Amino acid sequence: MKAWGLLAVIVASTVTADLLQSHEMKRHGEIQDFRPSGLRSVLRKLAGKRNLILAVACMAVSFFAFMALVQVADLSFAVPASAASLVIETVLARLVLKEHVDSRRWIGAALVAGGVWLLAL
Amino acid sequence: MNPRLRWKTRAFAAIVILSNALGNLSLTWGLRYGAGELTASPLTFLRAIFSPWVSLGICLLIAWLISRMFLLSWADLSYVLPVTAFGYVLTALLSRMFLGEQVTAARWAGTLLIMAGVILVGLGNPHTGDAT
Repeated sequence: MKAWGLLAVIVASTVTADLLQSHEMKRHGEIQDFRPSGLRSVLRKLAGKRNLILAVACMAVSFFAFMALVQVADLSFAVPASAASLVIETVLARLVLKEHVDSRRWIGAALVAGGVWLLAL
Repeated sequence: MNPRLRWKTRAFAAIVILSNALGNLSLTWGLRYGAGELTASPLTFLRAIFSPWVSLGICLLIAWLISRMFLLSWADLSYVLPVTAFGYVLTALLSRMFLGEQVTAARWAGTLLIMAGVILVGLGNPHTGDAT
């Protein structure tokens, strides 16, 4: 039961972090300069972005919950089970963001949900 | 996609998959053998974080985070998700080989189903209104 509680924390914080991170990195644009000075400049610029700071905070919550999870459950359970975030993301996209979710994506989300159910057996 | 960008994308996808799977393995190894039990006390987490295997795991997961952020700056999430879904199978294999976990038939089936689901979700058109 503790494992499923920790998994719920991981999924909720991962969904939030993924949305914030993807949004902010797209706004930044493609990274082209991979020299140390260029990377430093990119990291400095990204470090001040509020969405990325929030995303990192969510990832930290997710990470600490993951640390606790692998002490009470198998790694081969913990990693795939955390993909349940895709199911939540799909439902949220439809209900909250009012996005059009095509049938392929619904089927994909259903497969993930089925996979998580199989992991629970 | 030009050849340089294609090469860069494949290289970063490989780094994302490997750093995540090896980072999780190292982290779990450290947490099970030597880092002590985690409780509600933050001190137990701090002590665990500075143990050697957990530290290595964290370094690899930081590499995963940065390489994934870089990849997302030019590649769509709808590309990144299915390509990196292979990591689920790699994690199951590493768990079996190095952590001695018993990966049952149901767990393999669940892992493969989740990988297929992630690939399908990633292949879906991310834009509203023009789904194919």
